Amino acid sequence: MTTIEAPPVADPIFDVQHITLRFGGVVSLSDVTLSMTRGEILAIIGPNGAGKTSLFNCLTGVYRPQEGRILFRAGRESAPVSVVGRKTHTINHLGVARTFQNIRLFPALTALENVQIGVETRQRSGPISSMLGLPNSRRDQKASVARALELLSFVGLRKEANTIAHALSYGAQRRLEIARALGTSPSVLLLDEPAAGTNPSEKRELGDLIKQINREMAVSVLLIEHDMKLVMSVADRVMVLNFGQLIAAGTPHEIQRDPVVVAAYLGVAPDEAAGTGAGGEA
Amino acid sequence: MNDVTMDLFLQFTVIGLVLGSLYALIALGYTLVYGVLQLINFAHSEVFMMGGFAGMFALRAMVGPNPKFADYASTYPFILLAAFAAASAAGGATAWTLERVAYRPLRRRGAPRLAFLISAIGASIFLFNLAGKLWSRDANSVPEFFNGNKPIFQIGNTVMTLKQVIIVGVALVMLVFLDMIVSRTKLGQGVRAVAQDASTAALMGVDINKTISRTFVIGGILGGAAGLMFGIFQSSVTYTMGFLPGVKAFAAAVLGGIGNIRGAMLGGLLLGLVENWVGLFIGTEWTNVVAFIVLVLVLMFRPTGLLGERLGRSA
Amino acid sequence: MTSVVKAKRQTGLWYNDSFRRLIGCLFTGVLFALVTGTTGTQKDYGFGIKHSLFHDGKPPVPSVRVIVCLLIGVVVWALITYGSQLTARLRIERSDVVAQSLDRPVVKLGTGVLVAAGLIVVPLLVAPFWREVLVTNVSIVVLLALGLNVVVGWAGLLDLGYVAFYAIGSYMAAYWTGHLPVQPPFHVNPFLTIPFAVGACLLAGVLLGAPTLRLRGDYLAIVTLGFGEIVRITANNSEEITNGPRGASNLPHFSVHLGPIKYEWGSGQLPYWYTVLVLLAIVVVLFRKLEHSRIGRAWTAIREDEVAAQATGVKTVQMKLLAFAIGASTAGLSGVVNVSKNSAFAPNNFILNVSILIVAYVVFGGMGSMLGVIVGTAVLTLLPEVLKNYLPTADQPIYFGAILVIMMIFRPAGLIPAKRRRMELGQHDTPSAEAVAVAPAGSIGHVEGS
Repeated sequence: MTTIEAPPVADPIFDVQHITLRFGGVVSLSDVTLSMTRGEILAIIGPNGAGKTSLFNCLTGVYRPQEGRILFRAGRESAPVSVVGRKTHTINHLGVARTFQNIRLFPALTALENVQIGVETRQRSGPISSMLGLPNSRRDQKASVARALELLSFVGLRKEANTIAHALSYGAQRRLEIARALGTSPSVLLLDEPAAGTNPSEKRELGDLIKQINREMAVSVLLIEHDMKLVMSVADRVMVLNFGQLIAAGTPHEIQRDPVVVAAYLGVAPDEAAGTGAGGEA
Repeated sequence: MNDVTMDLFLQFTVIGLVLGSLYALIALGYTLVYGVLQLINFAHSEVFMMGGFAGMFALRAMVGPNPKFADYASTYPFILLAAFAAASAAGGATAWTLERVAYRPLRRRGAPRLAFLISAIGASIFLFNLAGKLWSRDANSVPEFFNGNKPIFQIGNTVMTLKQVIIVGVALVMLVFLDMIVSRTKLGQGVRAVAQDASTAALMGVDINKTISRTFVIGGILGGAAGLMFGIFQSSVTYTMGFLPGVKAFAAAVLGGIGNIRGAMLGGLLLGLVENWVGLFIGTEWTNVVAFIVLVLVLMFRPTGLLGERLGRSA
Repeated sequence: MTSVVKAKRQTGLWYNDSFRRLIGCLFTGVLFALVTGTTGTQKDYGFGIKHSLFHDGKPPVPSVRVIVCLLIGVVVWALITYGSQLTARLRIERSDVVAQSLDRPVVKLGTGVLVAAGLIVVPLLVAPFWREVLVTNVSIVVLLALGLNVVVGWAGLLDLGYVAFYAIGSYMAAYWTGHLPVQPPFHVNPFLTIPFAVGACLLAGVLLGAPTLRLRGDYLAIVTLGFGEIVRITANNSEEITNGPRGASNLPHFSVHLGPIKYEWGSGQLPYWYTVLVLLAIVVVLFRKLEHSRIGRAWTAIREDEVAAQATGVKTVQMKLLAFAIGASTAGLSGVVNVSKNSAFAPNNFILNVSILIVAYVVFGGMGSMLGVIVGTAVLTLLPEVLKNYLPTADQPIYFGAILVIMMIFRPAGLIPAKRRRMELGQHDTPSAEAVAVAPAGSIGHVEGS
């Protein structure tokens, strides 16, 4: 299987160059090069174990690739900043927010408080002003409640604002995690299998939400997904990982027909897959 | 700095080695339990103490409180053996009970890590105070029934006495035994498997509860024997004897790399040597602080210890 | 996993869960008999055991004590095994009813007024001995516990060296009033040592915390324990600076000399009692505001899921440092108040035991709940004095240790749990900071999904 390099783009928000990630003897990502355009919805797909979440973890500073560079440009005018070696919360402050494959909410807090935490990491009122109830901390408090409610409405959870997070339905929890991530005012949102475990109508709503986030909030979206229908309907571009290597990049339609991709999913050789004429759900 | 002669230096080195082997034995208890449960068994110091008391009781039962050397000139090795057996058994039993009473119920309830630590502290407080109540809060003398101060090895003016040779010897034997158990037996395999990945080990048919239990017991056997050794070294046991050696042994385990068995042995020896050298060169009132300084420094700058893997940092 | 293991399980009596529980309860009964029984002596090591367990100290006839204890064990077993549904329902209903009635504003106000009145009036009515107990043993310790609650309860950091900050505060008070071998550049009024103490503790807290707060829970506990002991032993060994084991004495009591206002606190208990009450009130108000602010929420986030908190931008190390510093300052404040009342202290006052005790008070009362901590600490500090005549003081630690273990098994959330804690501790599958959903770099086998 040959690794490819995704073609560079004009206004990259993420610029991943030749990263390799190893755990002892296991190579999780091998010489991966790709760029994400500002404002696009980019989907990363690939069979299980392909390295998709590891890629997310590299982008958010949880893992440190042994080789390669990852550059992030929050705004069109910003200088590129290297992500490798920075702490996760610093990267978040630069403008990268994420959700987790296994949903990691703050379970004993309410939905409102979960989102508030995201919003409040951008506030500056310190302990003294909080303890003394000074005007700036009171202002911050009101602002964070207001913004959190706004975001909850945006994802359709306004009514559940005071519900404890772990009491929410699975689909609601996923949306709450997205709301919390949005609370940190990101430039790019990384969604790790947001549709996993949801039913078809929830998936459709999720797709609409992603598009709304992308267009109305001008947030670029990087998405790991297995559900091809969802990917087809929202993604501007798709990249395919397999065994830690990037094997294909292009529009959803191109990917669907790419024999290399089909082969990867079916586990057969590319020329065999070419003969079958790929299409539909992988 | 104090004036130090070669003799003095060698003498303190010998003592350092003796105490070091003791610390190594106790440290193994901490490291083994940490390996399988990621838990600091704060109450392990009391396992050590119970072993000391049991050994002392055994000796008193066999030779009485004021024996004469002559009576036991030829039988003393066997008496010692029996006492060590008693001490180890008591240590193992205490450790087993501890696991059952203070940790397993918490594991079953999925308690947060803090609860384990508090429970361990509570168990420790309970045990040593109960020992004090039952067996008096003064120092209890360990009967001397053989000429432990007879020099066996001598370099210039430095001697290594019989007592010291016995301690180091028994420690060595137990350490070798442990190494064999861990690397060659099925039990040892189970311990290592659970230490690496408990759920997978369970899937492979390893009985987690039994393995954990046995890990505690092994640590308890070693710690209990160390308790008797300490009692012989000091010629007495008290109900509070567990704390200081316990903390020092824990520092030794951390120094060597928590979860790493060879590390615990190395750490124990190193700590014993270093603290006695500090006592020699700087002053004995600073001996006890060495362990704490080692702990703080190692955990701050090299939490993995000298030999250990990358345990200890939060995600 | 369990089906394979269970299939091989025997069906004998020993493997029956409730049988094992019975054995456990009986064993606990025997232990209880030993704990409450006769104290041993050096002359006969079996004395204590024999007299506790056997009639007249002669086996094999069991003593009344051990029979009663065994019976209690059986009753407890029965309750646990068969009464669990009943007691659970009772607990929920009762606590719901209690909780609801407690929430009504009238009840809250009324209780508050009663308690405030009691706090003001009771010390005036009791004997001096009890006044002394209330001030020194209870109120100052409550202040300490509230400080530690910020560290342990809110930020979730286990600090076993808390007494070090108490010591630093005490030594600062001694230094700035000129009662240590080293003299300060100028002497200050005892009240004014407070900012110095707080400042020193803040500094110490940050110095200790900065390199260590990224360690996982157990390790942080041990490092702080080490720090506490290092401070104590160093103070003990430094004759020229800290007066060594003798400590400091003849420290001045609080006094105010501002123009027309002249007041000396003297060595009486009442002025100090009211002073500490005021301090406690201020601390409670300030801390409450903190708890409900963005900082309190950030601490909760770190406690519940540190990885998610970091991903959401919470500056975890900064927040932990802040908690540490606040806790340290509170301990420093307590130190100043304590030594200005008692006029003397020595390194022996700052042993590890004290740190552990305060942690125990906080956990017992309910980590994270200020009300719980106050009540729990008050109970555990008053009880030993109240029971002095029935339970020999030397034996009290045995019960203390047992209470800790029992609390952790049956009610880890504490006496009056913080509302959030009850939720947190009710979940067994909450991903904690130690869980490995997103693995630390370098470990195989824990990589999430793809």
